[in-house]
Formats: sequence, structure tokens, C-alpha cells
Amino acid sequence: MEKETVIRMEELTKRYGAQTAVNRLSLKVLEGEIFGFLGPNGAGKTTTMLMLLGLTEPTSGTVRVCGYDPARDPLKVKEMIGYLPENVGFYEDMDARQNLRYIARLNRIPDKVSTGRIDRLLEEVELAKEADKRVGSYSKGMRQRLGIAEVLIKEPKVVFLDEPTIGLDPDGTNRMLDLIQGLSRERRMTIFFSSHLLDQVQRVSDRIGIMIQGKLVAVGSLDDLAQRGLGLEEGEAYTLEEIYMKYFKEA
Amino acid sequence: MHGIFTIYKKEMEDHFSSTRFLLITALIVMVGVIIASMVGMSMRDELQGMAKPDFIFLLLFTSTGKLFSFIQFIGFFGPLIGIILGFDAINRERTGRTLSKLVSQPIYRDAIINGKFLAGMTMIAIVMVSLVVIIAGLGIRLIGVVPGAEELGRLLIYLVLSILYISFWLGAAILFSVVFRSTATSALASLAVWIGLSFFIGLGGSLLADAIAPMTQTADMAQAQDSFVKNAEVQRVASLLSPATLYGDATSTILDPLRKTPRSFVLMGPMERISLSRFQNPLPLLQSVVIVAPFLISLIAITFVCFGICYAVFMRQEIRST
Repeated sequence: MEKETVIRMEELTKRYGAQTAVNRLSLKVLEGEIFGFLGPNGAGKTTTMLMLLGLTEPTSGTVRVCGYDPARDPLKVKEMIGYLPENVGFYEDMDARQNLRYIARLNRIPDKVSTGRIDRLLEEVELAKEADKRVGSYSKGMRQRLGIAEVLIKEPKVVFLDEPTIGLDPDGTNRMLDLIQGLSRERRMTIFFSSHLLDQVQRVSDRIGIMIQGKLVAVGSLDDLAQRGLGLEEGEAYTLEEIYMKYFKEA
Repeated sequence: MHGIFTIYKKEMEDHFSSTRFLLITALIVMVGVIIASMVGMSMRDELQGMAKPDFIFLLLFTSTGKLFSFIQFIGFFGPLIGIILGFDAINRERTGRTLSKLVSQPIYRDAIINGKFLAGMTMIAIVMVSLVVIIAGLGIRLIGVVPGAEELGRLLIYLVLSILYISFWLGAAILFSVVFRSTATSALASLAVWIGLSFFIGLGGSLLADAIAPMTQTADMAQAQDSFVKNAEVQRVASLLSPATLYGDATSTILDPLRKTPRSFVLMGPMERISLSRFQNPLPLLQSVVIVAPFLISLIAITFVCFGICYAVFMRQEIRST
């Protein structure tokens, strides 16, 4: 069965004054895929996400998310996607449940439905015990997991995660990556996540895009990248780091 | 509409538990009640054994006690309520990194501003209504007069004017919270505009008037009079740009039935005074409303201008989490 294209970008460009943040980016992401968006800080990963979400308008080029143009039909797109910004914030003096409820209400989920869903999600992200504490007292890892719960409360088709593991300890990182994998496998969600950490992208992604200085320099599965980038034969050992460094030096 | 209502509810909860809002409200209610009760007590002493004049109830709000009257007090310090409710409306969400989350929910961006504005306006209405009701109750106790229908009507219009006026400041403060990223900057900007418009606009107006229509020193009476009127006219128009003046003129007209013009700038000679006092009959409520209506419309208009700018800036703003 042919998989549906969920995210499509063509010749997408964003300029800030003289600086080009995203340069003629063309990319497709298929349904149910985990797409890892790799690149150094300031490569234009977040800007790309903002354009996908309709939070900023592209200078030129087209974007389609689930068939809609985020700049024209922002509400249609926002109904179907979940977005976890880098360093997500919460209403500090509300507890986890209240934060989730607020987001649920903004998504027109009636309280009757959201109550059960909130309990289930808190269980899933392992916050059920701390659910009644003020979010202000949460650790970084707990906040990030609460962020995931907040994204999932609206049951999105596509999830955008911006640097979801940044600042987490190894244990927190592992839990986060497991969560991400679970979303794709169990819920058939499409996941588009950005990171500058190679090993994490390598571990969970089905396909990887490498972005350097606003340009997408390579896309494909890990094996593809290895064969094309390093000129390796099948079965030879490689790491994503080698591939990445090669592209990085070329750019 | 759904988004507005959800945000409205949350903002209301926030306001009710916000310490600084409770503090400023307590302060304003306290001082307002003290002023009005001082006026009420001195009125009770003065009126002992005298026939009570018409509209005595409104004097509770308009007559100057030791320093200023209740309506002058609200005219000066009422804006602070609006500023405190609004100055960090948007940039608090920005610094708390919740804004990027909020705008990625399926709600229109203007719902965020509208919800916050409506919540603030409700708070203003609650404060003003309870303040006036407290003073009215106190007045009934102190001077022993129950307000008539017309007095109640005038108080009602006063309330509407006050709520709109303070809401203008709320709108201005929200605008600053959109434009400035830091809450301290937007607070200072709101306060600067408040001080400028409330205290210095008169100064600026007379400077402007002297520049545009200087008063000429001539022996010719007619010419001197003419230039004086022109000068005063420019001053008046300049002061109309200030919502503080608009509000001050409108409220003193609506609460004082004997006032027939929002402002008397023409010099009164003894003859005019005598003829005026001969016709000291109060204006009917409807006529006062007619005088006040343009002020009301201007107040609403400048609030809308504020909002227009707010939308224009916020709709196109790129919102990053960092």
C-alpha cells in the first residue's frame, strides 16, 4: 500500500533581511514515519518547523501539512498537529492536570472526554504520582514528559518535536526516545523531530535529513546516507557521526 | 468563540489570585471610600437643619473633600487598575515560554488578546461597580437620602464611562505587552504614557496653543478677544486627544446636572454670572447624555485604535520559544 505524504515542502525559503535561514528546502515525510531532522545549532531547523506550523510565513515556496497550507488554513493544520517547542513552558502555579485540561479545552475537547485521557496520558509519561504538584516544582525531565502529554492530549496525526531531549540526563533521554518510538509504532503517528545529537537521531529515526546553514544537504535512511555519503558497501560498519562530519566539512 | 471563552476563564482565575491586582484594588477601594465618606460626613454637618438641595446624592461623588473628589481620584488613579491588569498580558506568556504553545493550538490569535481583554474588563467592572455601590450605601447611611431614579441613571452612565476609560488603559497596556518583550519595559512604558496623558497633556496643550494661535497684545478689544478665543479653542482640541481629559469632562458633566457645557473656558464677567445663577435649573438626564455622547464615542474609538494596532502587530509576529 502506498503511504500518504503527510508533510510536503517545495522550494521552501525563509529570509530574515539579508540572511537566509532556510534555503530552497524540498522534503516529503510519509505517514507513520519518524523523521529525524539533524543539524547544528542555527541551521534553520526551528524556522522550518515554524513554517510547517504556520507560526511564521515562508518568504517563498510551498508547504502542505496533511494537505493544508499552514499559512492559509492555520486552524485546520493546528487541529491535526501537536507541537512541542524547545524548552516548553507551563503555567507554573497550576498542577499538571490543570495545565493539560487548559490545553484540552483550547482544543474543544469536552471535560468528560479529557478527564480520562489526562489520567491515561499521565500514567503513560510516568507522571501520575506527581500529577497534583505545581509544575513549578518539576524537574527538567518531568517537564519534558508533561510536554509530550500535552502534545498527545489532542490526539494529533503529526507531532513536531523541537529538540525534545535537550538538557535531559541519560535516563531522561532514554525514556523520551522510547516514548517517541512508542508513538510511531503504537499510535501510527507521524513524527518530525529535530536534534543536533547524532546518536539519538540514529537510534529512533526511520529517515534522516541533514540540514546545514539553511540547506538540506542529505536525506534518506541511515544506510542510504552511509552508502551515498561515505561510499561504503553494504554491511560495512559506520556511524552517523562519520556521515555527518563528512557533510559538515563539505558545507 | 470557543477559544476566547477558555482563555477568558483562565485569565479570570489568574486575576482573582493575583496579589498585585488585589493590592491595587484594595488601595483604590480604600482611598475612594475614605474620600467619599469624608465628603459625606462634612455634608451631613453642613446640611443640618437645612432643606436638602437637589441631587445631593451625586455631590458625594463630585464635591471636593480635603484634596480631591472621588471622580477626580478615579480619573487619576483608575488607569492604574487597567495597567496592572494588562501590562504583562502577552509578554508574560512569552517569557514563560507558554506563548508558542498557545499559538500552536487551534484557536485564532486574536482570541488570545480578546480573551485577556474581556477578562480584564470584567475585573474592572467588578471593581468599579462594587466601589460605587459601597459609596452609595455609605451615602445613604451618612446623609440619609435615597437616590432617585435620575441620580441612579447618572451613576450608571458614570460607571459605563469609567469602565470604558479604564478599559482603554487596559487596551494600551496590552498593546505595550505585545510590542515589548520584557514585562518591566512594558510596565514602564504604560506608566510613562499614563503620567504623560494624565498630568502633562494640559501643559503640552497650552504650549501648542501658544505656538499655533498666540495671544496678541493689542489695544483693540475685539481683536484681543478673538485671539483669546482662538487660543482657548486650540487648547481644547489638543486636550481632547487625551483620554484623561475626555473622561474628566464627561464624568463631571454627567454627574453634575447644573453643568451645561463640558468645560467653561470663557471668562465670565459679573453680568454673566448673575444671569447664569438665575437659570440654575438642572439639565434633564437626556440632555446631559447628549453632551456626553461624543466623549463616550471618542473613548470607544481610541480603545479600538489601540486594539487595531495590537492586532496588526500580534497577528504578524513570529513567535519562537527562545
